[in-house]
Amino acid sequence: MDVEILARIQFAFTIAFHYIYPPLSIGIGLIMVLTEGLYLKTGNKEYEILTRFWIKIFALTFGIGVATGIIMEFEFGTNWAVYSRYVGDIFGSALAAEGLFAFGLESTFLGVLLFGWNRVKPWVHFVSTVGVFLGSMFSAVWIVVANSWQQTPAGFHIVGEGLMARAEVTDFWAMVFNPSSVDRIIHTWQGAILAGAFLVLSVHAYYIRKGRYIQISKKAFKIALVVATIFSLGQLVSGHSSADGVAVNQPAKLAAMEGHFEKSAPADLYLLGWVDKDKQKVTGIGIPGGLSFLVHQDFKAPITGLNSFPVEDRPSQVNAVFQFYHIMVAIGMALIGLSLFACFMWWRGKLFETKWLLWIFSFAVILPQIANQVGWFAAEMGRQPWVVYGLLRTNKAFSQEVTSSHILFSLILFLVVYSILFVLFIYMVNKKIKHGPYEEAEKTVNFTTV
Amino acid sequence: MEYFLGVDYPTLWYLVIGLLFSGYAILEGFDFGAGAWHLFLRKDLSRRIAINAIAPVWDANQVWLVIGGGALFAGFPVMYATMLSAMYVPFMLFLMFNVLRAAAIKFRSAEEMLWWRKTWDYVYSISSIMISFLLGVVLGNILQGFALGPNYAYQGGMFFSFLNPYAIMVGLTTLSLFMTQGAIYLLLKTEGKLHVRLTFLLKKGMLFFIISFGITTLYTLVFIPEVTENFRENPLYFVVPIISFLAVANVPRLASKKRYMLALVFSSLTMAFLLILVALQLYPTLLISTIDPKYSVTIYNAASSQKSLGIMLTIVVIGTPLLAAYFIFLYRTFNGKVKLDDTSY
Repeated sequence: MDVEILARIQFAFTIAFHYIYPPLSIGIGLIMVLTEGLYLKTGNKEYEILTRFWIKIFALTFGIGVATGIIMEFEFGTNWAVYSRYVGDIFGSALAAEGLFAFGLESTFLGVLLFGWNRVKPWVHFVSTVGVFLGSMFSAVWIVVANSWQQTPAGFHIVGEGLMARAEVTDFWAMVFNPSSVDRIIHTWQGAILAGAFLVLSVHAYYIRKGRYIQISKKAFKIALVVATIFSLGQLVSGHSSADGVAVNQPAKLAAMEGHFEKSAPADLYLLGWVDKDKQKVTGIGIPGGLSFLVHQDFKAPITGLNSFPVEDRPSQVNAVFQFYHIMVAIGMALIGLSLFACFMWWRGKLFETKWLLWIFSFAVILPQIANQVGWFAAEMGRQPWVVYGLLRTNKAFSQEVTSSHILFSLILFLVVYSILFVLFIYMVNKKIKHGPYEEAEKTVNFTTV
Repeated sequence: MEYFLGVDYPTLWYLVIGLLFSGYAILEGFDFGAGAWHLFLRKDLSRRIAINAIAPVWDANQVWLVIGGGALFAGFPVMYATMLSAMYVPFMLFLMFNVLRAAAIKFRSAEEMLWWRKTWDYVYSISSIMISFLLGVVLGNILQGFALGPNYAYQGGMFFSFLNPYAIMVGLTTLSLFMTQGAIYLLLKTEGKLHVRLTFLLKKGMLFFIISFGITTLYTLVFIPEVTENFRENPLYFVVPIISFLAVANVPRLASKKRYMLALVFSSLTMAFLLILVALQLYPTLLISTIDPKYSVTIYNAASSQKSLGIMLTIVVIGTPLLAAYFIFLYRTFNGKVKLDDTSY
């Protein structure tokens, strides 16, 4: 197979796998900060038990996140050498800042978080929890800044030509706050927090349904429900703002997201549909002129279509971008509906008696995960054929000296190792959930008294 | 070209990266080394103690790899891209063993079953050994130079060309150095029978180091004399190998006096000075082209722009004291012998 395709498959696979974990860590991190903060404030042991329980799960997501993240850091160089030379001047400083400011913070405090319960004062432990959470949030900032620069490059100039060309920073802050950075950081953060919050909701909904640990599970469920409601509504705002940015900065991507081909005509907003690229037609249910309305507040305003771009400058996988984007939006709406309905039931005092709702929550954990994945797929595939939008093409960016047999070798290794890792992760999390928070706490008593 | 205290920015960044890689070698050196000894510890309890000796700190130690890699990417993108794509196979193996090792540390003690623990013991130890060895192999390749043509294109792309005799020797030397470091660290963290066993293992480790280091040095002098060119021009540089020799000679003496902390310092110094030795040999080249020196990667043609280096030096100046503070806090918290409790692996 083609080196470019193999390199892209490998990158997509490794980054998608990696992206299961950091969002969970960010989301669980916030819940840990809240429960441990409540423990310090109220002195209620139940909050401590909750914190200890979620830290155990956090340790797993964080550990796999780090191990698979290090691979990403080096995969730019191994498989995308031309790209790395091109963006090093820009991307590198973001990556260095991530390592020093964010990863340094989270990884050092992690040790105290996991093993420091009996060694430091409670408030020092709380500070460590906050440090780990903030570190994981900062990590997201720098990584998304680097990716946003690829979407909407700013604050640079190009030096050299051909394989030797590279972008150099002219204005650091313009590079950091490039047109899409802020929207995308907020959107990524909120997506991550939802991933964690829905895991917490899922586990505690399961306990309540089974009649186990009801007392603390109700507490945890309420905390996570508040978080889920706030941030799922927040996603609506930041999602809209992101799309507005895409309309201005990456019109070809926006057109692909809604399957809009005509050069300059009002564009529809689809609820669901199927794009036929050859006939340039979308079959589906939607609001005529809806996209025009969202972008320009006018149902008749023209939107730049895919045909405005030469064929070699527009995404080739229009239907995939369309589907991924619509799945993300649909899940976003479902999460809002689910959270608001649960809040309503809480207000009516029936939240924990409504078994079917708890049942939905037990399985809803998968939804933000899917939304996070497909959202990134839409963002990255919508940017094609560019790896750096308008500047560097993906088919010019891979390592020239790496052969397809090299990549096949590493791709198979990744598939094998990651499959094992994923099975182990599920097994371990499941085991910790089955054991429950109290058994962990009881063990503590035994150990300290022996 | 911009200067700070009379030193140009690429050279400053070369020093920063040298510092980060030394930090990585010293800190992960002991946890990789501890892992390499793992199968030499016989009882399950000993193995658990050994894993828990590194458990609170190994994640933090990895920060040095993350920052070192980031710093290389940021400061010398050409070096980063050329080295990683040319050394594709060893780096992929290195990364894969890194993942397996992380999994082994997390999962080993999670189940009671003997087969489970034994399997993870093997995974943990073999990946620790392979990581140390592969790091040395890459270093050995860098010392020999790469077949680089125009546009930094690597022209030696056979699947196993990275595995040549010299690279293997440097790989073994690195492993032996890490094993020495690891044994001292474990001595610092353990008591009783396990401690006695480790005293014996440290001696083996030192012997392993002396033999492989001796062979590597001879090999270097005889077969790749061009590596030592910088040294013939500046005889003063010979102070460095002498210091590293004195540092390593101190280790067994201090260990026999049970002054492990000091022994760890000296074995770390050995590592640092050996890296300085490498840095002095190469400077200002990063990758020598074996095809034509004009295709070599140097700190000047590989460096990011002056502006970018300036920004990153600022980031380092702000970030390093913070990082140092975190590390001091972490290591002080977990000072002393390993005590297993409910939070242990």
